[in-house]
Amino acid sequence: MKLIIAYIQPDRLNPVKQALYARNIYKISVTNALGCGQQRGYVHMWRGALQEVNLLKKVRLAIAVNDDFIEPTIEGICEGARTGRIGDGKIFVLPIEECVRIRTGERGVDAIG
Amino acid sequence: MNKILTAALTGLLFTGICLAEENSAQAVAETVAKTSSPSAAELAMFAVNNLWVMAGGMLVFLMHLGFACVESGLARAKNCNNILFKNTLTPAIGFLSYAVCGFALMYPGVHWLWGHWFGFAGFGLHLPPGDPFAYHNGEFTYWTDFFFQGMFAATAATIVSGAVAERVKLSSYLIFTAVYVSIVYPIIGSWGWGGGWLDTMHFHDFAGSTFVHSVGGWAALSGVILLGPRIGKYVDGKVMPVMGHNMPLVTIGVFLLWLGWFGFNGASAFNADPSTVSLVLVNTMIAACASVVSSMLISRLMLHHPDLSMTMNGCLAGLVGVTAGADCVSVGSAVIIGGIAGLIVVPAVVFFDRIHLDDPVGALSVHLVNGIWGTLAVGIFSPEHHFLVQLLGAAVVGVVSFASSFAIFFALKKIVGIRVSEEEELRGLDLCEHGGEAYPGFQFFVNM
Repeated sequence: MKLIIAYIQPDRLNPVKQALYARNIYKISVTNALGCGQQRGYVHMWRGALQEVNLLKKVRLAIAVNDDFIEPTIEGICEGARTGRIGDGKIFVLPIEECVRIRTGERGVDAIG
Repeated sequence: MNKILTAALTGLLFTGICLAEENSAQAVAETVAKTSSPSAAELAMFAVNNLWVMAGGMLVFLMHLGFACVESGLARAKNCNNILFKNTLTPAIGFLSYAVCGFALMYPGVHWLWGHWFGFAGFGLHLPPGDPFAYHNGEFTYWTDFFFQGMFAATAATIVSGAVAERVKLSSYLIFTAVYVSIVYPIIGSWGWGGGWLDTMHFHDFAGSTFVHSVGGWAALSGVILLGPRIGKYVDGKVMPVMGHNMPLVTIGVFLLWLGWFGFNGASAFNADPSTVSLVLVNTMIAACASVVSSMLISRLMLHHPDLSMTMNGCLAGLVGVTAGADCVSVGSAVIIGGIAGLIVVPAVVFFDRIHLDDPVGALSVHLVNGIWGTLAVGIFSPEHHFLVQLLGAAVVGVVSFASSFAIFFALKKIVGIRVSEEEELRGLDLCEHGGEAYPGFQFFVNM
């Protein structure tokens, strides 16, 4: 069981979703996020005043998967989110200690299922 | 302290109005009985003239919603309620205080007390007895006159509201508004519009580039100086952006002001004579169009982007600029006046930021700078008016309105304070002054 967290460009969300669906991965949660990486944000101007470092709008995906689905999920995210330009995002893979489905009380691999 | 002041103010206000009301009710009854019968054509013109000026008054009223939208949109979400609140109270206080003494100070008639600098026709409203046609050569009724002028009065105070936004203490702002609209605005206005010394010198300010916009702009300047900048606006001498929270709201506000300006300028002719009013409307519109285009170009050149908020300021700058001469300059001149207003406003915003005068909405650049420009432009583009007279009027009005507004703000600063605490400013005036937010249930992440 792994938790896959990815930060991607907001406009790549739909292609990533499509690519994941094509690989039978349906269970994802999505939140808005702000952040910057190598490009160190962007220069922002408001009524003549400049702000040099600013956070960019990103989208954060969190997907819990069983071991068989780790590689397809990573592939799907890369396929949907990669443009080759700076700022495409990052994927983090974390171990999950436990998972519980609240409705049934199922645990572990079955709960993620 | 605040409570006593509030109670005293309210008491004074209502006594003044009630005393006057008794007299006028009697006068109405007498007037109706004595009315002579003018010709049908005269009656028709009388009705049409009054209708246009009354409708103009309603359009000026709409401008308060415009100001509310522009100012709240350019401020942060945490101060939105506070700004809407101030903009609701401003026309209310303005109209009431204008009824108590403003109207009588601004139009003293024959009651000049000190040269043609200060006159006072007595507290409250006094419908002149006799034929309504006898009032002001039968152009409009006494009530039409008061309705339109009272609507105008509060617009000068509203200009201050935007410049001092996001840090001014509500109570101090309200006291300032009451004093400024009931005393300072009408006395200065009487010099030109009430038949005072500037009128005698043929100083021309058709609808208020000086008497409304500069007067409001100078008060905004003294407020900004005495308040100081918002926390985080100037850090280590660097100008930081403090972003507004709703640009669609700003745009709605600018369009409401633009529409309202057709009443502000159009009905300032005080009749519905198509030959004057149609020119005024065209000049008003075309100056705004020119300033929209020129402010877009200058913001593209100076700031490398066609900036929306600057272009919105540009639109208002053109309207302020053409206000003084809308009745006496050619359409071509109106284009030049508006075009230059748009060119001035963008560098003016940047300039005020450079010298660390924090004006969140650009009120100084729009109303003060272009109020002066519009007044001087009459002397340049209208052959009947003298440039030096226009300059003298703008300068004297500037000195008096800046000094008096500075004195009022300074006294308030010493007595009750004019600025909210640091904690209140950081948490937002909505929660601290009003106990509620403008957007309950929404979470704002401030990316600054």
